[in-house]
Amino acid sequence: MHGLINRSVERFVHDTYGEETWAEVMRRLDLGFAEFEPMLTYDDELTVKLLDALAEVLDRPDTDILEDIGTYLVSHPSFEALRRLMRFGGVTFVDFLHSVDDLPERARLAVADLNLPEMELREITAEYLCLTVHSQKAAMPGFGHVAMGLLRAMADDYGALVFMEVKDSKGRRETVEIRLLETAFASGREFELGARAV
Amino acid sequence: MSDKEKFADIGRVLDLLCPMHAVLDATGHIVHAGATTHKLHPSGDVTGRRFLEIFEMKRPRSAVSMRELMAMAGGKLHLQLRPNPRTDLKGILVPLGDRPVFGPAGGAIVNLSFGISVLDAVNDFSLTNADFAATDLAIEMLYLVEAKSAAMEASRKLNLRLQGAKVAAEEQAFTDTLTGLRNRRAMDHILNRMIDTRRDFALMNLDLDYFKNVNDSLGHAAGDHVLQTVAHVMVSETRSEDVIIRTGGDEFVLIFLSMTTSDKVSAVAERLIERLEEPIMFGDKECRISASIGVTLGSTYEAPDFDQLLDDADVALYAAKRRGRGQHVLYDPSLRASAQSEVVYMPERRRG
Repeated sequence: MHGLINRSVERFVHDTYGEETWAEVMRRLDLGFAEFEPMLTYDDELTVKLLDALAEVLDRPDTDILEDIGTYLVSHPSFEALRRLMRFGGVTFVDFLHSVDDLPERARLAVADLNLPEMELREITAEYLCLTVHSQKAAMPGFGHVAMGLLRAMADDYGALVFMEVKDSKGRRETVEIRLLETAFASGREFELGARAV
Repeated sequence: MSDKEKFADIGRVLDLLCPMHAVLDATGHIVHAGATTHKLHPSGDVTGRRFLEIFEMKRPRSAVSMRELMAMAGGKLHLQLRPNPRTDLKGILVPLGDRPVFGPAGGAIVNLSFGISVLDAVNDFSLTNADFAATDLAIEMLYLVEAKSAAMEASRKLNLRLQGAKVAAEEQAFTDTLTGLRNRRAMDHILNRMIDTRRDFALMNLDLDYFKNVNDSLGHAAGDHVLQTVAHVMVSETRSEDVIIRTGGDEFVLIFLSMTTSDKVSAVAERLIERLEEPIMFGDKECRISASIGVTLGSTYEAPDFDQLLDDADVALYAAKRRGRGQHVLYDPSLRASAQSEVVYMPERRRG
């Protein structure tokens, strides 16, 4: 697993629950180090153990945690760069949704060895769309929940009002059902091409 | 359909396909332009202005008239915006001909692009996705630049951390990187262990003589080569269980396990000096050095003390130096008395 994934979990725990919680998670894992390197590669199994330990420490269902991680990644100020990269996907939220298929490809353009699960968006009606996330194939079980959290935060970013839920399919893939209630509910956040995040 | 209507139609098509275009009439005035072209001008509207008054032709050659501009039709044009920030632009011009199906007769269409200056342009002109054609790769390029910068930054930070870890590892290492011998940090550790395990040993302090001359006259590369050769000689003249430590630039400490007699240790010292006095070749240059040695025997102490042993070996070493270079001296308490009675400069040597 790419270190960026583990590092994202680490930053999430750190920024949301504090240093002590992270220290406790790492104590349980007993890896001999306290931080993940974003540019190194770790065993796939380790990420699963990391999430299990986190669910134990926080005493919360792992699906909830995964969704929170997704939301955190595009809404926390320390990940402003990622939010901006996401916003390159489209001018409107619907535009953006249609760019999510390209997300793994875009991720690879940025970091060549970062493999995100394949995602397929189906437009059933103009207001009802389904995003299938093949999480098991990329060894990221439950990634659909991360995707939903991320989409929720992006909808907010674009000022769209949406209702979403995840349908699991035996842990191999998840389907995020997306119901667009209003695409211009609020004014959303600014996005200028030139205003680069630091 | 009137000409004006036809013109409005084609204008809409051009606006969508190439938002940074300009339609010029026969005199070189802009009669229609895409939304992004308008943004390039401080007034926000380029209609009615002369094209060459806003854009300066740079390559393939300059142009001051519509005729000169038309002569460059079909090829890649390099232009520069005349108003600040003098953005560089790429362009292509297509003449409309004398009886155009749309647009002014004798006019032309110029399509523009930012090329590599797009990075600054998006800032300078506050551009958004909508300012580029949907098929334009500019947005993907901007995405890539941002994504790569973020990835590079992460890599750079990793490199810095690894660099820090390397320095820390070197600081904790027991090996001298130049010679492969043990270093000063290792010495405390080894000596303490020997004293703790009550093993007999001889301690030898060895300073190279004339080493500074080599360094000064032939440079540091020669000096490093000599030190490596010296290390090699020491290793070949000692047994594998003996310990050789480089404590400073040209200072060494050698520990000989189970060596209890002065005869044996003297023989080793003599042999070492002899070998070190052999000329060392550095390229076609000959380096000549020697060594002074002070020795003390662990077996002569009732309760050997680390600092005491090193200090005694030092006293012996300075006695050796006073006797001229290339000498070795075994420590004897009387050396201290003579050292004190002679008025000689003895630099304080620090251990550890």
